[in-house]
Amino acid sequence: MSTLAAGLPARTTRQVRLATREPILLRAGVAIVAIGFLMLFLIVPLVAIFVEALSSGLGVYLAALREPDARSAIRLTLLTAAIAVPLNMVFGVAAAWAVTRFDFRGKGILITLIDMPFAVSPVISGLIYVLLFGLHGWLGPWLKAQDIQIIFAVPGIVLATIFVTFPFVARELIPLMQSQGAEEEESALVLGASGWQTFLRVTLPNIKWALLYGVILCNARAMGEFGAVSVVSGHIRGLTNTVPLHVEILYNEYNFAAAFAVASILTLLALLTLVARSLVEWKSRRAVPKHATLPEGEP
Amino acid sequence: MSIEARDVSKHFGAFTALDHVNLHVPTGELVALLGPSGSGKTTLLRIIAGLESPDPGSGPILFHDEDVADRRVGERRVGFVFQHYALFRHMTVFENVAFGLRVRPRADRPSRSEISERVHALLKLVQLDWLADRYPSQLSGGQRQRVALARALAVEPKVLLLDEPFGALDARVRQELRRWLRRLHDEIHVTSVFVTHDQEEALEVADRVVVMNEGKIIQVGSPAEVFHDPASEFVMQFLGRVNVFSGRVEHGKAVFDSLEWDYPEHVERRARPAKLMVRPHNLVIHAKPSGKSCFPARVTHVNAAGPTVKVELVRESGEPVFVEVTRGRYAALDLHAGNVVYVSPRELRVFVEKEDDSSIEFNRPDARDNGEARPAREGSIRDWK
Repeated sequence: MSTLAAGLPARTTRQVRLATREPILLRAGVAIVAIGFLMLFLIVPLVAIFVEALSSGLGVYLAALREPDARSAIRLTLLTAAIAVPLNMVFGVAAAWAVTRFDFRGKGILITLIDMPFAVSPVISGLIYVLLFGLHGWLGPWLKAQDIQIIFAVPGIVLATIFVTFPFVARELIPLMQSQGAEEEESALVLGASGWQTFLRVTLPNIKWALLYGVILCNARAMGEFGAVSVVSGHIRGLTNTVPLHVEILYNEYNFAAAFAVASILTLLALLTLVARSLVEWKSRRAVPKHATLPEGEP
Repeated sequence: MSIEARDVSKHFGAFTALDHVNLHVPTGELVALLGPSGSGKTTLLRIIAGLESPDPGSGPILFHDEDVADRRVGERRVGFVFQHYALFRHMTVFENVAFGLRVRPRADRPSRSEISERVHALLKLVQLDWLADRYPSQLSGGQRQRVALARALAVEPKVLLLDEPFGALDARVRQELRRWLRRLHDEIHVTSVFVTHDQEEALEVADRVVVMNEGKIIQVGSPAEVFHDPASEFVMQFLGRVNVFSGRVEHGKAVFDSLEWDYPEHVERRARPAKLMVRPHNLVIHAKPSGKSCFPARVTHVNAAGPTVKVELVRESGEPVFVEVTRGRYAALDLHAGNVVYVSPRELRVFVEKEDDSSIEFNRPDARDNGEARPAREGSIRDWK
């Protein structure tokens, strides 16, 4: 197209526009492929969950959620997240602080280790704890002698969840703190602030949005984790079942409506996470006011 | 409050940032640490502030004869201004300046109204009172730097340390701000040290210039001293444009090509290689050969914009020569590219190569082991006939 227009002065503007744009068919094609893919793999399943959950009527849906085993699963999931998320928040801030503010031997190894839960299959993460704390594991006999149960009990579930979710906060903070540098903190120290004052008044305000973002992701994963928790839980109904495990049990019992009803809670959580995430992103973009235009040459 | 650093060394891994440095800053002076990047000037400043610790075995850091080496950075009462301002981005200008007062322990924290009063007084001092409610990102570079200065002054520091304070600003703002800093210093008289790699800045602003290179202090002196009486070839080259001619000294003479000058510092017969250095304004252009101490050169470029006319020439050997002439002289000579003229030095400095040094060492006479850098012998010949 552009070659045809070349040499015709009257069409110069048209030529420029065409030269930077792909043909309409190609653009439409790309858009259709992208939207089609999204519909097929994301939107349709999402709708299907709610349709299935309500397929036997609202009464069955609510009953499935009110059932004691379901309620205990929800309680356990909330408890697990309530322990794992704050711990990982503290760990994430400490790890990011150490990695970005200090030079020490083995820093590279620490960064690699932080990523390990992402690299390892969740099933393996669970198995590690079985090997450590299980009846036939390294510490099993000693734990049994002390009458402490970790595997097939709540502590094991919490431990596995912490392991699987610990990279989220640190991963959010490290790049941000690296790009921000330590100068503001140094300023605060020179001005007489203590280490704690510096953290509360300078570091924390600068990282709060990234921290919140990491916590939201961490929470979503802590509540939704299946693989690692499945290995250590023992699937004891009403005792060691989390929401994802409960969904699987219901499904295996062909109780589809109930399975989808409970699954819809997790789905709602996912949607809430997305909304919160967008909110945080929007907020953090607004947190830094745009450069005001200044009069020329203002010193 | 005077500052003294005795025998300070600092290594970063295998890199020597500071090599047995001794620095003394008298009370109330404004001192420039001048040097190329990597010369250790910023490291020295950060060690004085307490943001970096010197190598074990280094001597003390003294503020008014009191050792502060073991004091935490917050207890040293220094004001530090960072190159990139390091303002707290989530606080307003007012909050930034008030920070140092707000973080004080309750016992010596001023009251709310006192803080407000002090902050506004400081913002007036840096002429930014009208911007108190803005955020740092809404300010220009020069304004940010002045806020950083006000913030540093808020804690009533005993010494003020500035790391490349004008480094990130454009040329015009930079000039304005450095004159302003000089005036401010004359007003408040706090002992100040600033780091710069810009010789013009150091010479214009400072009471005293400390020239550094490769982790060592090469020369300390007033701006006029370091400019007119450089201690080494490095200082001469760093403080402004200079023509360097490779020659030798022998028999009480400094020689290059067929030109020679008296040089009584070296009376031995044996020749020693030397660098003969001339600032562009100390070269004279003649239309005709005058005496035996001038050399022919061809004009390659003339830049007549500015208070002096800058003439680039090339010698027969292909070596470039750079000369500054007055406008009157330029008009009289009627210089154009392509003209062949005769050039003679009015004043030149001779830097003789050290006995044990190879010719490579020539370019960096200051880099050798024994600290104070100086060529083996050095002399100046003025107004030779």
